[in-house]
Amino acid sequence: MGKFSYIAVLVGCLLGSGWLEIVLRTRVYRRTLRLALSIIPVLVILTIWDIYAISQGHWKFDPRYVTGIIAVVNVPIEEILFFIVIPICAVLTLEGVRSTKPKWLVGDEK
Amino acid sequence: MTYTQIALVAAVLAVLIDIYVLRIAITKKRIFWASYSIIIFFQLITNGILTGAGIVEYSGAKIIGSDTPISSRPPFIGDGRIAYAPVEDLIFGFALVVLTLSMWIWLGKRGVQREPLAGPPRFKPSWKRNR
Repeated sequence: MGKFSYIAVLVGCLLGSGWLEIVLRTRVYRRTLRLALSIIPVLVILTIWDIYAISQGHWKFDPRYVTGIIAVVNVPIEEILFFIVIPICAVLTLEGVRSTKPKWLVGDEK
Repeated sequence: MTYTQIALVAAVLAVLIDIYVLRIAITKKRIFWASYSIIIFFQLITNGILTGAGIVEYSGAKIIGSDTPISSRPPFIGDGRIAYAPVEDLIFGFALVVLTLSMWIWLGKRGVQREPLAGPPRFKPSWKRNR
């Protein structure tokens, strides 16, 4: 996979969770605005954290496995995609459970 | 601050925001823990690949465990790691999941695309058919 290794993991996450939208009718992607608004705060916070952590050397990325494209300051594009893809997977999982367990209330029911 | 410290602060903040700011208290709901137990399983796999394959490498000065070794894999379990990844990743992941799901429910509660609701599943499990 080389430089696309990190990207490939993220694609795997999308495929591994995406079927829920069809089979369990999670209707998460269809509620695009709500999904985007749920992710934005997380995306902003995690990006700021990532800028700090990378600058302090908490973690680094093997240049053999990332595209080398920097999205903001010192943060690789893969990290930004991670902060979007993983929240999507989380929401799909929640709605997947709800699809099969509609009586388990969370707080947005009428 | 170390990764350990930031991750702990993030997890505590996420729970506090969920309870006192968004007022969803998702961490007190059964559906959250059912979902989270599925999420954590797949997080261990995803993180295990990212860390075990050396795509992301950690500094021993900033985590409970030691440096990601240069030419070999970190321990699968032990030295502050679970499935190759630092335990801090699980704390970070918990914060991410709590905040995201709490936001999702908060928006639904406020009427932002509350519908269409999820389900019903396209295929019923065989043991539930014809009832």
